[in-house]
This record gives sequence, C-alpha cells and structure tokens, in this order.
Amino acid sequence: MEKWYLMTAAVLLGLTVRWTVSLNSYSGAGKPPMFGDYEAQRHWQEITFNLPIKQWYFNSSDNNLQYWGLDYPPLTAYHSFLCAYVAKFINPDWIALHSSRGYESQAHKLFMRATVLIADLLIYIPAVVLYCCCLKEISTKKKIATALCILLYPGLILIDYGHFQYNSVSLGFALWGILGVSYDWDLLGSLAFCLAINYKQMELYHSLPFFCFLLGKCFKKGLKGKGLVLLIKLACTVVASFILCWLPFFTEREQTLQVLRRLFPVDRGLFEDKVANIWCSFSVFFKIRDILPHHIQIMISFCFTFLSLLPACIKLTLHPSPKGFRFTLVSCALSFFLFSFQVHEKSILLVSLPVCLVLSEIPFMSTWFLLVSTFSMLPLLLKDELLMPSVVTVMAFFIACATSFSIFEKTSEEELQLKCFSTSVRKYFTCFTFLPRIIQHLFLMSVITMILLTTMTVTLDPPQKLPDLFAVLVCFVSCLHFLFFLVYFTIIIMWDSKTGRSQKKIS
Amino acid sequence: MAAFGIATGGSNWFSALALGVTLLKCLLIPTYHSTDFEVHRNWLAITHSLPISQWYYEATSEWTLDYPPFFAWFEYALSHVAKYFDQEMLNVRNLNYSSSRTLLFQRFSVIFTDALFVYAVHECCKCIDGKKAGKELTEKPKFILSALLLWNFGLLIVDHIHFQYNGFLSGLMLLSIARFFQKRHMEGAFLFAVLLHFKHIYLYVAPAYGVYLLRSYCFTANKQDGSIRWNSFSFVRLISLGLIVFLVSALSLGPFLALPSVFCLWCKPQGPRGFLRCLILCALSSFMFGWHVHEKAILLAVLPMSLLSVGKAVDASIFLILTTTGHYSLFPLLFTAPELPIKIILMLLFTIYSISSLKTLFRKEKPLFNWMETFYLLGLGPLEVFCEFVFPFTSWNLKYPFIPLLLTSVYCAVGITYAWLKLYVSVLIDPPVGKTKKQ
Repeated sequence: MEKWYLMTAAVLLGLTVRWTVSLNSYSGAGKPPMFGDYEAQRHWQEITFNLPIKQWYFNSSDNNLQYWGLDYPPLTAYHSFLCAYVAKFINPDWIALHSSRGYESQAHKLFMRATVLIADLLIYIPAVVLYCCCLKEISTKKKIATALCILLYPGLILIDYGHFQYNSVSLGFALWGILGVSYDWDLLGSLAFCLAINYKQMELYHSLPFFCFLLGKCFKKGLKGKGLVLLIKLACTVVASFILCWLPFFTEREQTLQVLRRLFPVDRGLFEDKVANIWCSFSVFFKIRDILPHHIQIMISFCFTFLSLLPACIKLTLHPSPKGFRFTLVSCALSFFLFSFQVHEKSILLVSLPVCLVLSEIPFMSTWFLLVSTFSMLPLLLKDELLMPSVVTVMAFFIACATSFSIFEKTSEEELQLKCFSTSVRKYFTCFTFLPRIIQHLFLMSVITMILLTTMTVTLDPPQKLPDLFAVLVCFVSCLHFLFFLVYFTIIIMWDSKTGRSQKKIS
Repeated sequence: MAAFGIATGGSNWFSALALGVTLLKCLLIPTYHSTDFEVHRNWLAITHSLPISQWYYEATSEWTLDYPPFFAWFEYALSHVAKYFDQEMLNVRNLNYSSSRTLLFQRFSVIFTDALFVYAVHECCKCIDGKKAGKELTEKPKFILSALLLWNFGLLIVDHIHFQYNGFLSGLMLLSIARFFQKRHMEGAFLFAVLLHFKHIYLYVAPAYGVYLLRSYCFTANKQDGSIRWNSFSFVRLISLGLIVFLVSALSLGPFLALPSVFCLWCKPQGPRGFLRCLILCALSSFMFGWHVHEKAILLAVLPMSLLSVGKAVDASIFLILTTTGHYSLFPLLFTAPELPIKIILMLLFTIYSISSLKTLFRKEKPLFNWMETFYLLGLGPLEVFCEFVFPFTSWNLKYPFIPLLLTSVYCAVGITYAWLKLYVSVLIDPPVGKTKKQ
C-alpha cells in the first residue's frame, strides 16, 4: 500500500507503548503466598513442562489445583509448554518443579514480558493491520489512523503488558476468524475462531454471532445445494480442529470431563469479586447471591442473556452481512458480559475487540465505549500499581482518536447511525430531534464522572464501614454505561440498512 | 462541544504530535537512568542547601558543579519545587539518593522544561515555506519537520532515559536560529548568549553566530554582487550586539577546523540559511575534533540540521546519513536489557519515518542516496545484530569485550565524517544569495 511507512510507524508506536507499559509492575508482584496472574502463568509453564499431559488438569501431590490450577483450554497449556521449553534453555530454575514457586527476578520478568510481546507480534498485530488495510470506502490515511487507534487501545495493553495475560492470542485468533468469515474465507475463518475458543473459553461469547452469520450464509446459498455443502464443510472443520486440540484429552472420558469441570466452574457462583455487570450491581441493593438458590441463579442468568441477544442473532441469520456481523459481535459479547455467569472484569476486552472494529464507522460512540471499558477495570489496575501507565495510555488513546476522526464533529444522527431509528420515533413524537444533543451532554457527564471517581479512588480513603465503596461505585457506574451501550448497539442492528435502503428507493 | 471539537480536531496536528510525545516521555519514566541522574540531584542539593559562594567549591560528591552559572540558577529554581516532592533529595550528603518521588520529580522536570523545545519547534515551522507542499498533511514540510524534531530519537533516549536536560537547551538554540530567520537578530543574539551561560558546549557554534551577526547584521546592506559594502557599517548595531556579550573561545581544535566555513559566511553571505549551515558545521567539527567530546554532542548538529532537511534534497540526504549514524552511535549509552527493545523500536520508528517522509517529499528529484550510501546505512542492521545478539554469546566476549563498542564507533565515524565532508563541500561551492528574495 502507499504510505506503508506510516502504517509501519503506527505499528512501531504501538509496540513502544506496549513495551514501556511492561516496565511497570505486574499482578501479584511481591505478594506471597498467592501472588497473581503472573505467577499463575509461570506456574503453568512449570506444570506443563514437568508433568505428563494426563496430570495437567488433575489434582495430585505434584499439581495442587488450589494453587493456580489450569483453568483454560488445552491451547493455553501447549503455549505454556512452549514457553517453558525456551525458559529451560535460559534458566531452568524458573520452571523447576515445586522449588520455583513464587520465583521473581528482573531477568525472569524480562523473559515473561518478551513472551507476551512475541505472541502479540505474531498473532494480534498482523490481524489488526490486515483488517485495517482491507477496510472499504475509506482513505489510506484513515486506515492507518484506525490501525493506530486500535493498537493504542489502553485496556488490552494494560491487561496484557501490565497485569500480565495473553489475551492478545485469543483475541488475535478471533480477529483472524472475523477477517476470514467477513471476506468469504469461511473455512479458514472458522478454523481460526476454533483456535481462539480452544485458547480461552471466554471466546464463546463470540460464538453465537459466528454461528448465526455462517448459518445465514448457508441459508442464502440455498440449503438444497451449495449451502448444504458449506454447512457440512464448516461442521467438519470445527469438529476436526476441536479433535486436534483436545486429542490428548479425548483418550479417556474422565480426562475430558475434568478439563470441562476446570473450564466451567459452575460451583463458583454468579459472580466473583467486583465486576461491572448486572448481577454485581444489582446485589448492591438486593443480595441475590444469598437469597436465591443456585440453580435459579443459573436459570435467570441464562434467560436474561439469551433474551437480550436473541433479536440481533435472529436478524443476522436472516440477513447475513459483514457489517451486521460486527455489530452483532458487540451486542452478543456485551449481553454475555452483563448477564452471564462467573464473569470477570477482564472479559470486557471481548466486547472491546468488536467495538474497535467499528471504530471507523461510529468513531464517537466507539471511543466513548473504549474509554469506559478501560475505566471499568480501574480497581484491578490500581491494585497492580498501574495508575501512571493507565492515565497516560488513556490520554494517548483519546488524543489519537480525537485527532484522527474529529469525533466531536461526528455526533449528528446520521453519523451515529441512528437516522432510521429517529425517523421511526418521529412518526409518533414529532419533537424527537434532540438526540445528538442529549448524547453530547451524556458524554460530558460521563467523562466528568469517570475523572472524578478516578481522582477520589486514588486520593481518598474509603470510609471504615464501606471499604469497597469506590470499587463498587466504579462497577455500578460502568454497568449503567454498558446497559446504555447495549441498548444503543441493539437499536443500530435492528434499525439497520434494510429498512433504510427501501426507504431511499421509495423516495 | 463544538469548541472542544475544534480544539481536538484534525487541524491541530501540531498539538497532537507534541502531546503524543509528551505522553511517551511519561511512559519512559521507569526506564534505566545513568549517573547523570545523581549528578543533577547533587546539583539540586548543592544549590538549595549551600550559599552561592560554596556552589563551585562543594565536593562531597564526585559530581561537582561544572556548568555555567545560569544552569546553577536553574537547578536552584527547580530545587524549590523539589522540596514538595521529597526533602531528602536536597541533602548534600544523601549520595545516590533515588526514591520514587525523587525519580518522579526529576523525570517530570525534564518533561516540563521541554515545553521550551516545543515552542521553539513551533517557531521554526513558521520559518520554512510550504512550496513543495502537497495537499496531504503528512507530505507538508512543516509536518515532517515537526515530527523529526519533536520525536527526535536521540533527544528522547538521551534526555528521557539516560537523563539530561538537552531539550530546553536545544530549544533555546533552535529559537535563536528561528529568530534570525524572522530577522529578529537582537533576540536571536540574546537567546544565544543566555544559552552559552547555561551550557558552555555551545561555544563551539559561537563563531558562526559571531561572524553572521557581524557580517549580516552590523553591515546593513550589500553591493549588487553580494560582497560587502563597507560604508553600510552600523556602529549602533555593533555596540548593541557587544552589549550582548558573546565569547569566542578556542577551547579546542574544533572551531579552528570550521574556520574556512566561517570565512565563507563572511565572504559569501547567504542570509539565515547560510548561517544555519555554518552553525551545523561548527557543531559537527567540534564533535569530530574536539577535546573530551561526549557522544551526546552529536545532537548539537542533528537538531539544527533538521531545519535544512525539509528544504533541499541534498540537505535531506546529508541529514539522513548524519542522523541515522549519529543516533546509532548513541546505542551504547543504553546497555541494559529492558531498554533494548525500546531503543531498537524507537530507532526503527524514527529512521523509517525520516527516510520515507523525506523521500516522498523529494520524490520528484533524483534519489536521495546512491548505492554506496544505501549499503552503508543498511549495514547498520547486521552490525547491531552482531554487536548485541551474536558477539555476547561467543568466546571472544570475555577476552575482548570492547569489540562491539569499537566496531560501533568506527562504523559511525565513517558515516559522520562522510556527512561532514559533504556538508562542507556544499557550503563552499554553493553560489552566494545576495538578494534575499528566496529567504
């Protein structure tokens, strides 16, 4: 592409920000006996390298599942094994069975951070660049700007390179899947997405839109001919990839069941810790966890989740389109985040990825959402002593988006993609013309609230009786935002082009 | 909302560039810092806790005050802010004191004083014309110059990692150059005089200032062919300049080797552009032949050269060779493992951007590099791989650990010497521009 050097500059900038953030602290640094996610990843390297596969997911004297037992699907385990193999060359003490527990050193930190960077560079970043290069109907400059903004998204950088995780691997695979499926490379796309699910089971949040979109494509091609062929091919691809990933664990039934038990801990309850979803916010007023029995909780969660995502999924099956697919990914993931079982605050990244993909279409709302998503993880980031990098990366992201897309000039109905919706409402309420202004004011209030809450959390001590006050407030405020965004994205999907196109034809 | 929109809109790319690099500097706060960090902490302590008469005598620490008085006053002013961060850093006996608050204060003081550099870049942008400009923002000379100066790799790693205060000092120099372009000579001379009393290394470019001011300012007009018109001499101007004291010192051989170019400045005045070239030559000559030169002194030549690079293709070519080799020569400054990715990624960022953007700007003229120069610049890649990744694992590493440093110095010396020669030749053979219409 022309101006390839600017795209290279954007990628290099993204890498610089990532590595400088990684110079800061990580989850559980210097905090025995449990430490944090960093130690969990190191421990998995220890387990996968020293123990045979059959023992990876089972409790034993060598593998105490209470101390960071493996709870991600097999691909994570294989990745840990690969990293451990490299670690053995550099310093075997890092992964020595039992004796390496809680190992912390500058050199080890460098190694671990390097593994994150390499995985990112191989999987996520190329996907982002390719996605932006393939965007249609926008100038080269805008493509590069979109790539820069996506690469500067603070949430992913802070969690992967600060807190310490490997979300870029699963999100990267998912993005390859989205790319494949959007440009009619259906089999490769499905394969990539299966790899994503087999890396982190939370990617199941994205599975329904994939399923509905591909099903819709099959229907369109006609279930009596090409459609059926495609359907069979897809089914085979999915089954084959799952078998390949789970092969060592399919030898015995007990193995498979145990892995599933580790992946889906239904015993752990509706939610854990503070998370910006409905159940946690609701429990501020109504202790739902204690009052309702366990199976009722599961059922309510199930019902709410599926009720909220069903309309969008049905529409996607009936009218499959890449644009509808992207927006449905957002609303589905958001529904799961808000209403599902055992959600962690980091799962918001699963919503952020599709929102990044629609950044060029609705820059204002996307930027707003991405800022809120980072804010919702504030308690976690503060616990990891990542205040400075958080503030800096959020500001950098905001400046990049504001300069690239002139977001504050794009708040008209048309640009918010609410034109069809507003026209429909105006049939009943002719005075409904103030939507953009309301949204602008809401944005201002939102930013002020977030800045205020951040300042208060950092500078003030919470009252004795309510030690979690600020964390709960952050979650509650974020939850309200997310509900608003769920409504917004659902409206866009439901009032989308088909009605608009037919109207244009008539007029 | 509309006002907010205008403020952050696409037309304000300069603010975005400046804010962006400032945020990057904040992210560099936890990186490695050199002994210069302790040097400046010590000077904060000396100026804060001792009477003026003791400032240049105090020797509890090995890092005694060895910059001119203005810098001492600067540290004194900073110390009054420092006491709100951590009082302990101002104790002269607290050698190597580096609490997290001290680190935060020192790093922020560099970032904050860079505001002067940003302002200077802004003024420099006003001095270049946009004749070659396309409609596209990224192809405008002003944009490229701002990016090359604000995001200069050398300045970033020397000031914000290694730790120094070159930002605001370079800002003073660039501002004085900009003032000459804007024909505000008195201000330019004043700024330079102030700069000299902050850091005496700038003496190396004093001959350029001296000759230019004498020839082009004190003599108010030229004859038709550009030679001197003696009766246009203005005593008033000379004396007013004299009031702004500037010293011409012969601290080293460097300035002498720049003398032919200085004579050129007298005989064939070319306005502010000629002055700029002469200044760069003085700086470069002093770097190459001076006494006790630090590798960081290459910045003295690189930063002003950026101004020339967006003007003519020949200058762009010299700039790129000088900058790339000069920046690479700074690599040994950062020898710690966590900083390795940063220096490589930032170097790639700056080098790829500078070469590509200048190539695009001058795409209608002949190529910027011949095959020899291209080969030389590409050779930096394998050199880095060898020095940083291959050699440390060989057996020679124990016996001859200095080899990477030696190779780096020799390789870069070739490039810098080549750039120096090319610049010298272009200064000597360029025809004089008597009528200053183009400027």
